[in-house]
Amino acid sequence: MLRLDRRPQPSRLWTLLTPPLAVLVTMIVGGALFAALGKDPVVAIETIFWEPLFGEFAFYYRPQLLVKAAPLILIAIGLSLGFRAGIWNIGAEGQYIIGALCGAGVALAAYPSESWLIFPGMVLAGALGGWAWAMIPAVLKVRFGTNEILVSLMLVYVAEQLLASMALGPMRNPEGMGFPGSRNLQQYAPAHNAELIAGTGMHWGVAAALIAVIFSYVLLNRHILGYHIRLTGEAPRAARFAGVRPGRLILFCLGASGALAGLAGMFEVAGPAGQVTIDFNVGYGFTAIIVAFLGRLHPVGILLAGLLLALTYIGGELAQSNMQLPAAAVQLFQGMLLFFLLAVDVLVHFRLRWRRAEAA
Amino acid sequence: MDLSSINPILLLASLMVAATPILLAALGELVSERAGVLNLGVEGMMITGAICGFAIAVETGSPVVGFAAAAAGGALLSLLFALLTQLALANQVASGLALTLFGLGLSALLGQSYVGIRPPATAKLDIPLLGDIPVLGPVLFSHDWMVYFGLALTLAVWAALKYSRAGLILRAVGENHDAAHALGYNVVGVRILAILFGGACAGLGGAYLSLVRVPQWTEGMTAGAGWIALALVVFASWKAGRVLLGAYLFGGVTVLQLNLQAAGVDIPVEYLSMSPYLITILVLVILSADRSRAPGSLGRIFHASR
Amino acid sequence: MSPPLLTIEGLTKAYPGVVANDDVSFDIKPGEVHALLGENGAGKSTLVKMIYGLVRPDSGRMTLHGRAYAPANPSDARAGGVAMVFQHFSLFDALDVAENVALGMENPPRMHDLAARIREVSETYGLPLDPARTLGELSAGERQRVEIVRCLLQDPRLLIMDEPTSVLTPQEVEILFETLRKLTREGVAILYISHKLEEIRALCDRATILRLGRNVGTCIPRDASAREMAEMMVGSAFAAPERAARETGDAALELTGLSLRSPNAFGASLKEITLAVRRGEILGIGGVAGNGQDELLAALSGEVRVAPGAVRLAGRPVGRLGPGARRRLGLLTAPEERLGHAAAPDMSLTENALLTGAERENLMRHGFLRWRRAEDFARRIIERFDVRTPGPQVAARALSGGNLQKFVIGREVLQRPEVLVVNQPTWGVDAAAAAAIRQALLDLAGSGTAVLCISQDLDELMEISDRFGALNEGRLSAIRPAKELNVEEIGLMMGGAHGMEVAHV
Repeated sequence: MLRLDRRPQPSRLWTLLTPPLAVLVTMIVGGALFAALGKDPVVAIETIFWEPLFGEFAFYYRPQLLVKAAPLILIAIGLSLGFRAGIWNIGAEGQYIIGALCGAGVALAAYPSESWLIFPGMVLAGALGGWAWAMIPAVLKVRFGTNEILVSLMLVYVAEQLLASMALGPMRNPEGMGFPGSRNLQQYAPAHNAELIAGTGMHWGVAAALIAVIFSYVLLNRHILGYHIRLTGEAPRAARFAGVRPGRLILFCLGASGALAGLAGMFEVAGPAGQVTIDFNVGYGFTAIIVAFLGRLHPVGILLAGLLLALTYIGGELAQSNMQLPAAAVQLFQGMLLFFLLAVDVLVHFRLRWRRAEAA
Repeated sequence: MDLSSINPILLLASLMVAATPILLAALGELVSERAGVLNLGVEGMMITGAICGFAIAVETGSPVVGFAAAAAGGALLSLLFALLTQLALANQVASGLALTLFGLGLSALLGQSYVGIRPPATAKLDIPLLGDIPVLGPVLFSHDWMVYFGLALTLAVWAALKYSRAGLILRAVGENHDAAHALGYNVVGVRILAILFGGACAGLGGAYLSLVRVPQWTEGMTAGAGWIALALVVFASWKAGRVLLGAYLFGGVTVLQLNLQAAGVDIPVEYLSMSPYLITILVLVILSADRSRAPGSLGRIFHASR
Repeated sequence: MSPPLLTIEGLTKAYPGVVANDDVSFDIKPGEVHALLGENGAGKSTLVKMIYGLVRPDSGRMTLHGRAYAPANPSDARAGGVAMVFQHFSLFDALDVAENVALGMENPPRMHDLAARIREVSETYGLPLDPARTLGELSAGERQRVEIVRCLLQDPRLLIMDEPTSVLTPQEVEILFETLRKLTREGVAILYISHKLEEIRALCDRATILRLGRNVGTCIPRDASAREMAEMMVGSAFAAPERAARETGDAALELTGLSLRSPNAFGASLKEITLAVRRGEILGIGGVAGNGQDELLAALSGEVRVAPGAVRLAGRPVGRLGPGARRRLGLLTAPEERLGHAAAPDMSLTENALLTGAERENLMRHGFLRWRRAEDFARRIIERFDVRTPGPQVAARALSGGNLQKFVIGREVLQRPEVLVVNQPTWGVDAAAAAAIRQALLDLAGSGTAVLCISQDLDELMEISDRFGALNEGRLSAIRPAKELNVEEIGLMMGGAHGMEVAHV
């Protein structure tokens, strides 16, 4: 009989080992899934994980990796602050959309001004937009005790509708011949989040993601606020005893994650996406949840996990075009990753033991 | 704008139809929450049920078999959640999210070849005599059998929780799992069964969407219905009767906004489409003041150490 | 001489890293009150859990009614006539009394009949209960009645009681003993677990003493002195804490008309509490659990804010200040619950030292943490208070109850508080650690700190406090010098018998 014995303290070794183990298990089970779909599993895994990095067209895909990883990391860093404190912002997708709308709104309102203030204004508006959208569940939770999981999630659907109405209405490109979607910001230099170094994929969003990683590392490890965040997650009563005011912490965590998600959306709309369209959002807000957990809610882990998930996006697209692997297979693959991570995580807190079945 | 095109009788009749999927899913979640398990994967289980039910109904030509398959599919997916949270002792919030993300991907994959097909029609239960009563007849007595199944299930859940020994044990496990364990009840066993029941119900709710309400398969078609079902359980203070009330309220809002859209009211479609979500938030705010009704062990991990 | 009801031979149960029971043997006769005596951690709980079918022994055997007895679960135990009253109650707050009783029975009758049976049994044994009341509204004593009635409804032959008097006033204890004696006259055997020696001498026919999981002897409590039993239990005699004669100074902490609605649905609200603690004095606050102790601590620690003037520190109103600000002014507290309240279970001792030490020990600068200093502080606590642990990097959860409690109390004492408030400082702690903690509190008071000690252990309060008051349903009794009080008076201060009545013998 298999038994679980609680470890006296969490295993450091397994804390580091479980994410790679989860990736490995996902590859094996995912491979089996691809085989069931009639694809060669080895080729499929190679296409997803190897080709974009070291294949023939790696020069094209490697920059893409940064482009895709930046929003994931930016959002996941924000989410991890809340998750650590037991505050569950599930609505990053909505904050991402609102950030994009606000950022784009500034640019579109200023068009065709050439002022250098436009881009900083967009950054500010994007962060503020995401922050404000996240403040709705935060304030409701602090004031009325409303469940932030449900409210933040409901607001994703509201944001999606808002996005649709904006893309079809006020933000529609007046010169777009009636097509839905805004002006393309890539063609509007003062608002364009262009590559900082051509051909590297390195845009302002990537820089922001790296800054967020460093900032969050210092916060969590060196600052009393980060300590209070961790304490609240570990033992909420002890946190109150230590002097944490739970309401403020909720406002900070949700606000920070909202602002970061908003920034991510703004950098995306001003750069890689270019315009506000109905289906502008592609689920980064949800995938970032996987990134946050896979990265152990640790800034450096999130950095690595963000790159890995970005790889599955790019590799997935590649497998889609090369092998006709359905797009949903990659989505499923990402879901499985979180699943297996949670399953193998049991090893961090518990020791598995085989026991002879006891006589009844 | 032509509000007269809205027929109040049809509106009320379609309200019962619109309420059924979230009613079913919320009843299942209610049972698992009363056992102390917070399963945030309702959305994932619903959409898995939606595609399982749809595919099997199309393949067999029988909606009944389809619904059975949906229940099985939902339960099977929830079994993963049960393994994670009850045996691997994983965090319930994270596991629920994983279930939703997984279910969305899985259903999209399974449903690829079913896009744009019409499913076989689910039989209407035209009750003779009762169905002929003016006004009440079409509103109450001329629906498909799943609508009545949902009502019967509400009654069954209510009675089982209140009067049966099994219901008492389930509540005890949800209230204080350490005490229930000390008295010799199998906490993990009870919870796994409750999770499976929740999964089956969510599956049925999803299938009702794809087989009756829409009826069609599209990716991500549940569009938050599972989350609304979760909100409904809070709204209902963990009581079966109030789940029914809440489901009809949300059903009413959904139907009304669709009717208003059809009638061409001078409000952009997007704002009308937002309304069910906004109303959910509003209701949550109004009802969160009273949290005392939540089961005592809700969401806590149980590990019998010594 | 009747044959034994239950015989235990060579029971052994080991957990990773600790042998909870090692070759324990004894027997219990019908109609006997048999005491199981031992310190915290001696293995009493594990032993009774094996008898009740919650834990299975690694080896050894039991015989009940002359037949081999190996319960796979509590149902088996109940079927064999074994019933148990738990220390931490096996009750459900949101359910009513009848439902709670039904959950502990094998084949409960219909709810209506059950309610009638509950009334009947509760009246016969002097344990009045209303089957329709919600459990959460009941007092600790009433809750225990529910557990006892639940057992009695099943006609037990052996009744296990795990520390039943820790939640009762002295008057209630007397009544409980009457009920138990009535049961033994009916032939029921009682296995009575306790560490309170006087009680055991008053009630029990025989006693089996456990130390570190081993049976170290059996005695007739009436013929043994409390001191003899204590030495068998602990292994060596402890010096009673020394109290030096000391001067008391001005009032350091004053509460004036402190009222507080309990944040907990089933908690007790504080009503108009007024008291003063002087420098160099220990004020003891007794009372049965759930009468406002947690609320009082929360109001003093700053976790719950109250009217500014309700709490004064050296004359200065601090009611509106939070925990951090109060700490800076010298008001330190140590709550009852070690894991999860006083300390974060999965965090290291260094991180836990920071939990309350950040302000006074200078462990941060401009909000940035000084981990080296925090670690030093943790080391100092470990050294000064003899906390047995490999080092400050160990998680709090890995420490034994006594060691963690020494850490928690030491963390506050080392910060040289002006006022220290502790709740249940030695609850669930072994005798050596308890003695060390009490001595630390006495020394602290000796150095001029005002100490407010909330406890449910009357012996402890009588040992260390200068003055004594009791909480009952959120109200504080008059405060009187501890030396003048006898057990009877203390019991009345705690609320007397709380509506219990003597069994109708």
